[in-house]
Amino acid sequence: MCLKGENISFGYKRNNLILNNVNISVDRGEVLGLIGDSGSGKSTLCKILAGYENNHKGNVIIDGKKVPSKGYNPVQLVFQHPEKAVNPKWKMKDILNEGHIVPQDILDSFGIKKSWLNRWPNELSGGELQRFALARSLSPETKFLIADEITTMVDAITQAQIWNIVLDIVKELNIGVLVVSHEKNLINKLCDNVVYLDAINSVN
Amino acid sequence: MRSKAKICTEENKKTEALLKVKDLSLSFIQYASGLRQTELKVISDLSIEAYSGKILAVVGSSGSGKSLLAHAILGILPSNAILNGRIEYDGKELTQEKKEEIRGKEIALVPQSTTYLDPLMRVSNQVIGCVEKENEGLMKKVQREIFQKYDLKPNVERMFPHELSGGMTRRVLVSTAVISSAKLVIADEPTPGLDEKTLNETLNYFKDMANKGCAVIIITHDIEAALKISDKIAVFYAGTVLEVANVEDFKNNGENLRHPYTRALWNALPQNKFQAIKGHQPMQDEVTDGCIFYERCSKKNVLCSKGIPQFKDVNGGVVRCNNVS
Repeated sequence: MCLKGENISFGYKRNNLILNNVNISVDRGEVLGLIGDSGSGKSTLCKILAGYENNHKGNVIIDGKKVPSKGYNPVQLVFQHPEKAVNPKWKMKDILNEGHIVPQDILDSFGIKKSWLNRWPNELSGGELQRFALARSLSPETKFLIADEITTMVDAITQAQIWNIVLDIVKELNIGVLVVSHEKNLINKLCDNVVYLDAINSVN
Repeated sequence: MRSKAKICTEENKKTEALLKVKDLSLSFIQYASGLRQTELKVISDLSIEAYSGKILAVVGSSGSGKSLLAHAILGILPSNAILNGRIEYDGKELTQEKKEEIRGKEIALVPQSTTYLDPLMRVSNQVIGCVEKENEGLMKKVQREIFQKYDLKPNVERMFPHELSGGMTRRVLVSTAVISSAKLVIADEPTPGLDEKTLNETLNYFKDMANKGCAVIIITHDIEAALKISDKIAVFYAGTVLEVANVEDFKNNGENLRHPYTRALWNALPQNKFQAIKGHQPMQDEVTDGCIFYERCSKKNVLCSKGIPQFKDVNGGVVRCNNVS
C-alpha cells in the first residue's frame, strides 16, 4: 500500500508554478525524508498530499484510488507551529478527541498528563502542544503521517523525545511517514530514504 | 558626548564586559480570577556577560522566556512586568531612561520575524529609521552600501515587507542593526526555518559584526547553529542560566560539559546519541524549592532539593550544580 502524488503541478498565480510535475511516493511503514531549499514548495506539496489544497493538477492516490473527500482522511498532516493548529477557545481534552477518542496507551507513550487535559492551549508549551497534535493524528485509521518541520521549534531533548515516540507508534500501526526538515542530521537519523525537491521541482 | 563614550569603551574593551546582567528576575502580574492577582515568575536569578568582539549564544527551548531577556535589556517589556536585579552597560547601570536613550543607537535588536516590520512602510525607510532631514541623504547612501553588501538588489529598497522572501527579510532585519553602528547586537531566534545555505549566510553576518568589535548576543534554541559561530554558550532552562560553557566543551559524549542538563541536550542531538531524558521543563507556575532541574536529574541528592545551587567556576566556565567540583 502506498501514497502517491502523480504529476503534481501547482501555482498560486497562473504563470508562476511552484510545483511542476512532481512525482512522489511513500510506502506504508516507510519513513521518507523530504529536503529542499526555502521556498521550493515542500510545504505546498505536503498540503496537497494531505488534501488541504485542491486546486492542483495531477492526482493524489492511495492504493490506486483517489483519496475520499468525505470522512476521516487517512493522510494526516502535522504542522510546524502547533499553537496555530489548535482552537484557542477549546480545552485540550476537546481538541484531543475532536476526530476520534484517543486511546490511553497513546497518551501514556507521549507522556501527556491527565492535568493537561483541562488546560487551555495557551497554558502549554510548544513541545507539549505538539504532542497533542501528534496524538490526535495517529488514529487506527491513519495510514500516512506527513510531518512538516514538526520539531523545528522545540529543543533537542524534546525533539528526541517526540521522534522516539512517533517512530515507535508508526512502526506498531504500520504508518508511512513523510518527514520534512532542513536538518540533514535529523533526516539521516530518522529516514530510510531521502528525496530532494529542487528549484526545478523534480524529485529525485 | 559620543566621542567621550567611545574613549571609555576602548579602554574597557579588553577586560570589562560590555553588558553585565546580574541576578535578573522577571515576573508578570496577572489576574487569576476576579480581582485576585498572581505573580508569574518567568526569569529567575539570571546572570550573563557579553564582551565586545565576542559572540554569546543563549540556548534554551522555545517558550522558556529567552526572548523576554532581550526585551528586558532593551526596556520594551509590557507594563505588568516587574524587573529585579541589575543590568550594567559599559560599566554603568542601565536604567529605563538610559535604555530608551541608547536603544536603536548603541544597542540594536535583530527581531525574530517579519512581524516586527511595519507592513505599510517601504523597507528602506524602516532600515534608515528616524533621522533628521539634513542627514537623510547620507543615511540613504549608507543604506545602499549595506544592501549591496548583503546582496539585496536596488529594487528591494522600494519593496514592502510582504514582497520579501524569508532569507531577504532576514537580511533586511540584519541591515537595521548594521546601519545603527551599534556596539551591542541582540539577535532573537535568527535561524529557525532557514535552509542550510541561508542559515550559514545569516550566521556569517553576525560573525562579521563581532569581528568589527560588536558584542553579539544570539538567542536561539538551535544548539548546532550556536556552536558554529559563538565563543561562549549560556544554557537557559526554565527561566535561568544553568551553565556557561565554552564552545570547545561540546565534543564527544559531552564529558567536558558541567551540568547534567547540558550533557542531556548534547546527547539528544540527532548526530550524537539521539537520546531523550524523561520529563518536561517545569511550567512557570510550578514552584520548586531546590534546583530547577531536580525532577529530571540523574545525579540528584538530598541537597539538591533544598535551595538553588550557587554558581561555581569550573574549567573556565560557570555552572549551577551541587555535584560538580
